[in-house]
Amino acid sequence: MAEAPPNAPGPDATRLATEARDRVRFEEEALALSDQVYRVARHLANSREEADDLVQETYARAFRSWRSYTPGTNLRAWLLRILTNLNIDRGRRKQRAPQMQPLEANDYYLYDKLAESDGGRSDEEKVVERLSQDDIVSALSEVPHDFRDVIVLVDIGDFSYQDAAQILGIPIGTVMSRLHRGRRVLKRELAETFGADAGNGADGEEST
Amino acid sequence: MTAHDDPCAHCEEMMQPYVDKVLSDEEMREAELHLDECDCCRRRYRFEESLRVYVRQVVSKEPMPAELKAKLAALRIQLD
Repeated sequence: MAEAPPNAPGPDATRLATEARDRVRFEEEALALSDQVYRVARHLANSREEADDLVQETYARAFRSWRSYTPGTNLRAWLLRILTNLNIDRGRRKQRAPQMQPLEANDYYLYDKLAESDGGRSDEEKVVERLSQDDIVSALSEVPHDFRDVIVLVDIGDFSYQDAAQILGIPIGTVMSRLHRGRRVLKRELAETFGADAGNGADGEEST
Repeated sequence: MTAHDDPCAHCEEMMQPYVDKVLSDEEMREAELHLDECDCCRRRYRFEESLRVYVRQVVSKEPMPAELKAKLAALRIQLD
């Protein structure tokens, strides 16, 4: 029989109150990151609808398991780890490991193509602006998943190699090599997309 | 226009870490030094950098749907 005054919170109530406060703080911090999480999800997933689902599932799971997040660590990386795992679980791995096409010869292809399309008037910093938002979004979606994951995390999500390695559960060396290869694939896809819809005198006849 | 047949092998190796800004100070100086001399590599590096920045900018323009944001906030209230 504890003789606490009738209105004083017992130890349980105090604990509950602290926990509720921590949980609310966690939820608010997580929600504040939702734009950034969505941006990454949008390009990891194959469509807007899939990205929507993925983000909702990620937050539902995050809110349920908030206790396993260590305050003071990188919450954005923590959320994206959930998201990338969900994305992989969804069976998107139907796609086999990316085939290793020879890309070496194509490294200047995109640059040349863009430069050519505006008659060499723009320098290398301006010439990229010839690519439209649609070109970029659709080229990204053509990059095989293993490569796209690292490009999206590092180039769009602005994660370090280290964070990307942790999020994806792969060694840092693999992040670097996939990034290297993936950016090449992306350039090739961009060149193809650009050629397909440019219609501005870029004669797409020659191969490579 | 296509005067870039010489691949500058070492430069190729440094390009990714250069663009991602993970070179050490010394390596960075070495890369800059080479870029001052080599027109081909300089154009290539600048192009890579610009492409990276541009992709990020363009992709960030697509905002998160407002309904989705509302749904996320609702998820938290529904819990326990």
